[in-house]
Amino acid sequence: MNVTTFWAMLMRDAHVARRNFMTLAFQVLLQPMLFVFVFGRVMTTSGFMPPQYKNLLLPGIIALSMVFTGTWAVTMPLISDFQFTKEIEDRLLAPIELEWLAVEKVVAGMIQTLVAGFVVIPTAWLVMGGVELSTDHVAWFLLLALLVAMLASTLGLVLGASVGQQQVGLMFSMVLTPMIFFGCTYYPWQALASFPIVKRLVLVNPLVYASEGFRSALVPQFPHLPSIAILGCLAAFDAAFLLFGLRQFKRKALT
Amino acid sequence: MFGQVVALDHLSLDVRPGEIFGLLGPNGAGKSTTVGVLTTRVKPTAGVAWIGDHNVWENRVAVKRLIGVVPQRPNLDFALTAREVLTFHGAYFGLPAAERETRADALLDRFKLTDRAKNMVHGFSGGMMQRLSIARAMMHDPSVLFLDEPSAGLDPQTRLLLSEMVREYNARGKTILLTTHNMEEADDLCHRVAIVDHGKIIAVGTPQELKRSIPGGFLLRLHFESASGTLLDAIRRLQGVTEVRGGGDGQVDVYADHGGTLIPSLVAAASSAGATIRDVHISEPSLENLFLHHTGRSLRE
Repeated sequence: MNVTTFWAMLMRDAHVARRNFMTLAFQVLLQPMLFVFVFGRVMTTSGFMPPQYKNLLLPGIIALSMVFTGTWAVTMPLISDFQFTKEIEDRLLAPIELEWLAVEKVVAGMIQTLVAGFVVIPTAWLVMGGVELSTDHVAWFLLLALLVAMLASTLGLVLGASVGQQQVGLMFSMVLTPMIFFGCTYYPWQALASFPIVKRLVLVNPLVYASEGFRSALVPQFPHLPSIAILGCLAAFDAAFLLFGLRQFKRKALT
Repeated sequence: MFGQVVALDHLSLDVRPGEIFGLLGPNGAGKSTTVGVLTTRVKPTAGVAWIGDHNVWENRVAVKRLIGVVPQRPNLDFALTAREVLTFHGAYFGLPAAERETRADALLDRFKLTDRAKNMVHGFSGGMMQRLSIARAMMHDPSVLFLDEPSAGLDPQTRLLLSEMVREYNARGKTILLTTHNMEEADDLCHRVAIVDHGKIIAVGTPQELKRSIPGGFLLRLHFESASGTLLDAIRRLQGVTEVRGGGDGQVDVYADHGGTLIPSLVAAASSAGATIRDVHISEPSLENLFLHHTGRSLRE
């Protein structure tokens, strides 16, 4: 691996992200803020939802924002680069192995994901007003944030190197939308107790472990999956997505 | 990608260090695939490619350091400005910051892009993008420069600038491989040319050698007051003449093995047939003729 080239490519991505900061900020913040406002503020203030729902909702919103920011940040540029603009070719011709270029994309996506997570937390907290978050598990929370960032980014690599321009719409309706609704973002996994089949099926959704994980770190008083299952599954998804993503990337990069 | 189509069929060639080498052939002949294989972008199903001492496929990173590539279709980084395209490219190749800046400025100036240096690339015209692509490929001072159809779609002015830059770069001892379907360009720019068709090499040599290799490669275009059948027959009988085509307006096209040396016998043949020559134009054998000779098709088809 060539550290100089890797670093230069990371700097390029950082430079472009800084240039598009406002667009990115809207992209990251708007949807979760709307959601937080309607469900965390309107529904609880009006009494249709108990006030504790805010506490339950916030970790799910963090998970959702992180996963979608990271996936989007990696997937969309890759799709257009490979299919249309061929922009990435200048980096495919840089003196570094193709795998490391893919890893650079993953690292850049992880950084964006982490930034998104750390921006969403205080903003959502302000919008909802008075959420009680536990600060007893900070290290666990940071470890989870790292794993979730990698999950988002590697999933982005898999999708970006596999999905064609024509299938972007399909990717949203077939992959991302079900992921959101069955990702235990708006409800804990335990809430699916009356739907035993769904409860088992959703376990293939990596977002479940992100939401449940953040719940276990920030609001441990609510039911959540055991920590070991969260850790193991997140790590397994990260590894699987990374390996599969690298393979797809190499295939796409070479003709 | 290519299914069962054989893009390159036992193609073998040897480019010498320091030469400008041209791959000439019609669209779809396999020129770009050859460049793809040599620049690590296409994995060959069989065969080997070498750049210097490096096997291209086995040693891709080392090869990428040695080469600069100007693709057929501009692939500039649209998220950057023209200057940033160059400086980031320099950074990928490990150039120190100060050197990146100086080189970028020098290249922008050389390619007449200084006033657009701070503009985003996505608003650039085709010619500007092509100029910037070439500047980018030269940024890390590669030993071998690949130009895939560099002059396609360029205005004559930019085309001149391009030839000038290619010659200048070559004068610094660099090797250049370019592909083209434009025979004038190959003839004008290249030290040696390989003619490619259907993934095979038809002929390799200097443009002069190649053109001399076909019989009747010279074309003498003569104008007479009027061209009679007797006159055409007299010319046909001359030694070295392979074909004579007479037009009604007194124009006669003579295809022959040699050019100027044929003039005295042409004049003699004309006067014996009672005709007067008003104008003579001799054209050297062309690569177009050569391609036609080998494939029965025109390069432009």
